[in-house]
Amino acid sequence: MMQPDPTINRKKPTYFKEHQEALYKSLEDKHATVEVDHSDPLATRMTLNMGPQHPATHGVLRVLMELDGEVITKCRLDTGYLHRGIEKMAENKTYQEFMPYTDRMDYISPYSNNVALCMAVEKIANVEVPDRAIYIRMICCELARVSSHLLWLGTMIMDAGALSFFLWTFREREKIYDIFDEVAGHRFTVSHSRIGGVNNDFTPVAEEKIRKFVRDFPDELKGWHKLLDRNRIFVDRNNGVGAIGHEDAVNIGLAGPSLRATGIAYDIRTFEPYMHYGKMDFMVPTRTEGDNLARYYCRMEEMAESIRIIEQCFDKMPRKGPIRVDDAKKSYPSKDEVYYSMEGLIHDFMMTDTGVCPPAGAESYHAIEAPKGELGFYIQSDGTGHPWRLKINSPSFSNLQGLETVLDGEMVADTVVVIGGMDPVMGDSDK
Amino acid sequence: MKTVEELYRVLSEKFGEEVLEFREEEVVVPWIVVRAEHIRDVAKYLRDEPGLRFDSLMCLSGVHYPKENTLGVTYHLFSTSEKHKLTLKVIMPEDDAHLPTVEQVWKTADWHEREAFDMFGIRFDGHPDHRRILCPDDWEGYPLRKDYEVQEIYRGMKVKY
Repeated sequence: MMQPDPTINRKKPTYFKEHQEALYKSLEDKHATVEVDHSDPLATRMTLNMGPQHPATHGVLRVLMELDGEVITKCRLDTGYLHRGIEKMAENKTYQEFMPYTDRMDYISPYSNNVALCMAVEKIANVEVPDRAIYIRMICCELARVSSHLLWLGTMIMDAGALSFFLWTFREREKIYDIFDEVAGHRFTVSHSRIGGVNNDFTPVAEEKIRKFVRDFPDELKGWHKLLDRNRIFVDRNNGVGAIGHEDAVNIGLAGPSLRATGIAYDIRTFEPYMHYGKMDFMVPTRTEGDNLARYYCRMEEMAESIRIIEQCFDKMPRKGPIRVDDAKKSYPSKDEVYYSMEGLIHDFMMTDTGVCPPAGAESYHAIEAPKGELGFYIQSDGTGHPWRLKINSPSFSNLQGLETVLDGEMVADTVVVIGGMDPVMGDSDK
Repeated sequence: MKTVEELYRVLSEKFGEEVLEFREEEVVVPWIVVRAEHIRDVAKYLRDEPGLRFDSLMCLSGVHYPKENTLGVTYHLFSTSEKHKLTLKVIMPEDDAHLPTVEQVWKTADWHEREAFDMFGIRFDGHPDHRRILCPDDWEGYPLRKDYEVQEIYRGMKVKY
């Protein structure tokens, strides 16, 4: 028998263990850190860090949770990873120049943001918007609401475990993108609204596309209701999860569908009707449970109501008419005027250079019902074309603040579903 | 449903004229200026008094007025049951800007006050979690002040380019 050669080093390989440890360490550093309290003999208390780069936090949200076993005892959110200083930018731009920046706040429903800013400026600058422009804005805002809720539906169900749904909601979203492409010339960041109206009228193709979408979408929605409403896995995953009472919800300032799911029918479209929402016949879907399933029902029904509003808008909309106010001090002239008349060119130049000038000292807070809740702009004017102070009260900021309370006492495995149900967009929250 | 004038009358009966000041200029909505140290009492009264019931704080914003060397905080209140609105303002000197927090009255104020501290350096006495919210904790200066100059170097990184 051959003896082992003593000159060959037969030390036990240590590479694997070290490698493994280093790998775990880097993994923990990057995605999830677990800190165990060693004074606790059963090791049931720990601090868990989730995010900021985590697929289920819908962006760059960081959640720090203190766990007792599987129950969250305390939770802190760390935001600001997407802070771009949008309010500071606003102070250095004219009102119209700032409008495209609002697209980048809640990038899931850019049209609502454009309209919210334009309406706030119109309020302090006393600009009257023509009727047809208001209806165009309303139709597009409701399309933006459907588009936003579709993304919420897809991602929320993906968070709950079903992947294929995401593809179906995105197929419908694609149709809305095509509509916006036809209406505004952009698919994602539309920037279609202008102070004093909108940029251009609907083309016949755009109108036909919207009508087709309105015709087809309710059937699609019905099919989804059939799939989800009595789906055992989906209902069990969401029923009673992330519940909050109505008093807490108002006190902590939840917004939009999350607030209405607690039983408070607070919708600015009916509380203080802006645009022509007062003339529309629609319901505000509410639930009283305040949990994730209630939020699901509220949003699903809201989509159906949005379709109804669009149908009514088409009925009531004037067939012809101006789409922007005809006042060179308050709004851009049309491109025809700019290209073919001297005055038009001068007005266009003055609007770009100086912009709309609300009276000095004028200020107002104007909020609209964006898809995710109350989106408010607080503008203070110093008489120039730039805002002196522009504060954005965004719905995601309010909802994330509520999330700290909602997550207390929940199971750690439900965190992902609750975040999905709250529907935060970090660009909106971090400004 | 009460107008701002009626609300001012109710408030001035309770707190007296020296605490409050009614402002009506050529603006869209008039507002009430409250002395900084009384803001929490006024807020609590507005929330709890039957007939007023301002249960929701819609927006809280800090503002800088460098000409007067002051900082301000604006509160936009709304009552979901009575459906009236009110705008309150607090004005403070720039070098000593602090006021009582209203976090215990409306929990919404929590993050909004942190944001006002982060952006303007207004201190809210009694706030339970008084930290910056959008900028990192060791950031220097208050970005939304009009005289803000961004720092040169942050943790070895060049900030301005």
